[in-house]
Amino acid sequence: MFKIAKIAYRNLLRYTRRTLLTSSLVIIGIVTVLVFIAVAGSFKQLMVGQITDSMLGHLQVHRKGYVASIENSPLNLNLPAKQVAKLETVLAEDKSIESYSLRLKFGGMLSNFTETSNIRLNGINPEQELKTVPLLAQRITGIDPESPETPSLEIGEIWLPEALAKGLKIKVGAQVVLVATNKDGSVNGIPLAVSGVIGSMTGPGGRDGYLNIKDAYQLLRIKAGEVNEVAIRLNDFEQMNLSSIQLTQTLSEFKNKKDKPVFEVHTWQKLSPFSNIAKIIDLLTLFVKIILIAIVLVSIMNVMLMAVYERIREIGTIAAMGTSPRKIWSLFLMEGLFLGIFGAVSGSLISLGIIQYLNWQQIVFSFGKQDALVLSPTIAMSEVIITAVIVIVISALASLQPAVKASRLEPVDALGHF
Amino acid sequence: MPFVKLNNIYKTYKMGDVSIKALKNVEMEIEAGSFVSIVGPSGSGKSTVLNLIGCLDQPTSGSILIENQQVQDLNKKQRADFRGQNLGFVFQNFNLIPVLSVYENVEYPLLMIKNEDSKNHRERILSLLDAVGVIDQKDKRPHQISGGQMQRVAVARALVTQPKIVIADEPTANLDHDTAFKIIDLMKRMKDQEKTTFVFSTHDPKIIGEAEIIYTLEDGTIQNREDRRDNV
Repeated sequence: MFKIAKIAYRNLLRYTRRTLLTSSLVIIGIVTVLVFIAVAGSFKQLMVGQITDSMLGHLQVHRKGYVASIENSPLNLNLPAKQVAKLETVLAEDKSIESYSLRLKFGGMLSNFTETSNIRLNGINPEQELKTVPLLAQRITGIDPESPETPSLEIGEIWLPEALAKGLKIKVGAQVVLVATNKDGSVNGIPLAVSGVIGSMTGPGGRDGYLNIKDAYQLLRIKAGEVNEVAIRLNDFEQMNLSSIQLTQTLSEFKNKKDKPVFEVHTWQKLSPFSNIAKIIDLLTLFVKIILIAIVLVSIMNVMLMAVYERIREIGTIAAMGTSPRKIWSLFLMEGLFLGIFGAVSGSLISLGIIQYLNWQQIVFSFGKQDALVLSPTIAMSEVIITAVIVIVISALASLQPAVKASRLEPVDALGHF
Repeated sequence: MPFVKLNNIYKTYKMGDVSIKALKNVEMEIEAGSFVSIVGPSGSGKSTVLNLIGCLDQPTSGSILIENQQVQDLNKKQRADFRGQNLGFVFQNFNLIPVLSVYENVEYPLLMIKNEDSKNHRERILSLLDAVGVIDQKDKRPHQISGGQMQRVAVARALVTQPKIVIADEPTANLDHDTAFKIIDLMKRMKDQEKTTFVFSTHDPKIIGEAEIIYTLEDGTIQNREDRRDNV
């Protein structure tokens, strides 16, 4: 096999320019795929990280039917304290769960005493919430914008969404009045101090305000313990779908009077429209890979067919001397394989260099309501290896037909070829 | 018992709807160790006869016996094996492998066909290159040497596997007169040295006389067999 490999290698060197041209096509294809995977993958990872770790959590549990009407933040679909207690027992026992946060979401009116605007709010336990969505802390600015401390959310305090605070010209430390209607239709209001302004994000909950859940109970005249959303952070994000299925199964035991499940479990993908963008990114990655396969297939098959046609007499000579069809087949297959291996290795190394350069340069971009997002393109070594292996396998497949053609040539016909 | 025996050979080529009878009732007997020339004008069937003896082609009818083996019905793989084990070839255009050096071209059949280890045959290759007079060119590629030198390398390559027959189709057609004589002389020398049967075709009347046995072909039939062993 080494002897065939040696001749195949020399044959490639015989047409150096053509070999380099074909290899460069393969290299460009690989670089495009790997850099795209790195940049798009990092963008997806960054955005998913932002969405899950600063807003939604990995999973959410609601009362059955709540998500269908989530835009209204319906208070009549709250989970009663008794059910919440049962749910908390299940969550506490689930080893895949790192933390959870009880939320009471509702809509209200915010007044700065001169102007009034509507607002969507989350009543939370700040400690639970920051454990479950740790990146939320990075979005909040307190009285000192430079301070690394997360502003407090004690009773009587509120974190206002940035856009609303700007619109109503409310600064941190200012007093506001929050008015809301409870599920019985009565209106109540409480004064609150703005302890932080929260940066906007794209997606559901990205423009919500936050207040202490005890204030929410007081404002809505709800008994403590009642919530309408439970955000969950998992120990292993990669196991999200499995954990979701297991939790759904466990919670399905809890039935209401109509013998229907009380709870519904959703992954972040079911709650955020960004999951569709993530799917599009995955689809684009697949298309780019298909284009790479097409480039490799066409360029290597073309160059190998050319090689067969140009070397028909040479094939005839070695066949006449007694070289078996299998060895002739191996020779041409190996030439194609070498082209693929050279392209795959060079392309992978160049791609890793470009990805490293992009990291060093730092790509800063805006997405939706978010500015100054820094992209750090990275690529898993498994992805590099898989792409290289695909290219090498496709190179071998592309060489198959020319190799078969070469091996089937009758020496007498090949020797007479001009 | 002749070493090669062609019995009642017919060969017809199909060119679209037209059938061309290249050989008609060819009978030929070649003894081991002889130096045989097949002569005739272009299109007389010289190359077809050599292709059949060289197991590169199959007859339309008739039988070919080479060293007691019927070869006309061998399949592609069996013919390749037979060629590798028993035959050597010298081509009109030399047909050296351009990416290999002179040494490697001669080594090629041993490595790729005989599957020999390169350590075992170095001496034999060097002695053959020396015998054909290109030892000083051994590291050059074919495009770096002259036509005569290329054909010398081709003769060495044909002999390296110690074949029973060397088939040479117009080996001197692309060489000048002096070089052509030198190649024929070399082939004769190598025939004696290696105890190999040489069968070559030519239409060059000046080198025909170098052969021991001359078959004259015309329109696909053997017109004459001349045994010159007493003269040569």
